Amino acid sequence: MSTLLEVSGVSVSFDGFRAINNLSFSIGPTELRAIIGPNGAGKTTFMDIVTGKTKPDEGRVLWGDENASLLRMSESRIAQAGVGRKFQRPTVFEDQSVFDNLMMALKKPRNPFKVLVFRPTSEDEDRVVALAEEIGLAAHLSRKSGELSHGQKQWLEIGMLLAQEPRLLLVDEPAAGMTLAEREHTTEILKEAAKTRAVVVVEHDMEFVRRLDCKVTVLHEGSVLAEGSLDHVTKNKDVIDVYLGR
Amino acid sequence: MPADAAVTDKLPHVSSSVRKYLGGSGGQAPRDRGGAAAARPRGFFANNPSVLIFIACLAVFTLAVTILSEGLGLGIISTSFVKTLGKTLCLCLVAIAMDLVWGYCGILSLGHFAFFGLGGYMIGMWLMYERTRLIVVDSLANAPLPPTPDEVRDGIATQIFGVVGASDFPAVWAFAHSLPIQLALVVIVPGLLALVFGWLAFRSRVTGVYLSILTQAMTLALALYLFQNDSGLRGNNGLSGLQNLPGLEAVPQALISVWFLWGSALALGLGYVLAAWVVSGKLGSVIRGIRDDEARVRFLGYPVEGFKLFIFTLTAVIAGIAGALYYPQAGIINPAEIAPIASIYLAVWVAIGGRGRIYGAVIGAAFVSLLSTWFTGGQAPDLPLGIYTVQWVDWWLVLLGLSFVLVTLFAPKGIGGLFDLVSHQRHPDRHGADLGPDMGSYREQEAQE
Repeated sequence: MSTLLEVSGVSVSFDGFRAINNLSFSIGPTELRAIIGPNGAGKTTFMDIVTGKTKPDEGRVLWGDENASLLRMSESRIAQAGVGRKFQRPTVFEDQSVFDNLMMALKKPRNPFKVLVFRPTSEDEDRVVALAEEIGLAAHLSRKSGELSHGQKQWLEIGMLLAQEPRLLLVDEPAAGMTLAEREHTTEILKEAAKTRAVVVVEHDMEFVRRLDCKVTVLHEGSVLAEGSLDHVTKNKDVIDVYLGR
Repeated sequence: MPADAAVTDKLPHVSSSVRKYLGGSGGQAPRDRGGAAAARPRGFFANNPSVLIFIACLAVFTLAVTILSEGLGLGIISTSFVKTLGKTLCLCLVAIAMDLVWGYCGILSLGHFAFFGLGGYMIGMWLMYERTRLIVVDSLANAPLPPTPDEVRDGIATQIFGVVGASDFPAVWAFAHSLPIQLALVVIVPGLLALVFGWLAFRSRVTGVYLSILTQAMTLALALYLFQNDSGLRGNNGLSGLQNLPGLEAVPQALISVWFLWGSALALGLGYVLAAWVVSGKLGSVIRGIRDDEARVRFLGYPVEGFKLFIFTLTAVIAGIAGALYYPQAGIINPAEIAPIASIYLAVWVAIGGRGRIYGAVIGAAFVSLLSTWFTGGQAPDLPLGIYTVQWVDWWLVLLGLSFVLVTLFAPKGIGGLFDLVSHQRHPDRHGADLGPDMGSYREQEAQE
């Protein structure tokens, strides 16, 4: 199977603390993957490296068919190349309407001068409305996103990610603070998205991971401890020792 | 409502709240339901009613001052006050620039008066050169031999630079003889300085208070450099006599002051429309996004540094144009004009007027600078307190500082926030907190009912 993202032999230290230790990880172009691990296992640092926020001390991060190195790109270039990221805390632009948030995320030229003269066409507006329907915010388009509930903000952020049309979605704890119904809907959105692109979900909640029903990578102390189906990794002795057995 | 029905059917999990809303509110607030079409009425002016209102107010103001002026009308307003009003319009224009860069893009630049001053210097060089040239040519007209161009040039240089003990033109005056080039430099010099400074600062990801300090350092360094006699711009003497337009000696100042008022009003109107247009589209969304969460904008794929640089440079150019219109009305420019304190005043005006809305910046600049003129001009009556008499010339700055603190603490929206009360726009500021347990309900409406 071809790979979309290949991380190999990556290490990074902060003041002597090895947050990521010789980590290798790869994901195909249409795959749903869950990453679990105890606090401090390096889950967020891993995402920081892929999105360009943190530069690793050593290792390679290769992207796409041309095997371009993500390490030489800026955050915005990586995002334009097709890596979308959802943060743990929902970060939407609270001062702006749901419509504006989605319109900003829509895949369009990102150059300042092109943005200056950009005026949405009716197709763009239809696309935003369609996205809003997908994430259940169609009735809230003109509201300021700061007024939305926590769960709605999470969805709005997922909607913004989908609008970017990324080839790889990195999703950090999407279910945090959601009600049961909201979680179910989030699962559906993520599963649907993974049919056309790669999706990596970092999650603490085992029940949520089980619902995703996908391959699981267990991180521990900055490297991969086990990989496989959820049932497979939960039977793994090491995993039970460091994570589940406590 | 077929569209809404389709939405609710597709999304069973939100249907209860949406149906409740649709059923319960019966036609109230249709803007919340129509989606994109209702959220976005077509047309720039339809989206930005404040632009037309502002243009109308500005036109009425300009017309009224013209009618009451000495130059063209009844003579009720003195020429010096017409100049004060014209200068105030220029200050409003630079305040718009400050609002764009600070209120919208979140870059607290405390150096925009450097660009303002540079614009003034650029036009001042031509004004001074050309007027001195006319005087020199005049004085040499009676000589037995017609003067050579070199003699004229030397005569001008001696006239202009005698005060700093020099008699040659420095290199920066190379184009001072040409009005078109100096007019181009009004835009190019501040723009280029902002481009280089901004590129260095933003590329290193200097943000927040550190960037503010850096911009203060820039304007201070520029002021100190210009204070030197060998800077080529007459040191602390600055450029003077700028109110006399070359070739128009016969025209009274009363008339020239009205012309400049018109020019300043036109520039302010155009600047307002430009600023409103820039922030009305997606670029406005992006720069407000940068203000609120820079990293998030970056992860959306926008090159944040490029956007900041664009806004920083654009506003520097606007500031330069404002300065070029201001100083011919003031008559003199010297390096004290671009001292760090001037840029801080600019931030105070915008904060008091209400940042993040363009008319707020205009109101703040006009209100505070006119009030400042009144207080420091000795027109304000002293306030006798029995044991101590408050003289406003001394106490005005204290009053200004106090009102700045009070506005920041108690009315962060500034004077412009009053318009929200009039137009019944309410922005519930709950920092995203829920009002009730029902996640899908319309908390904004609940709060107002």
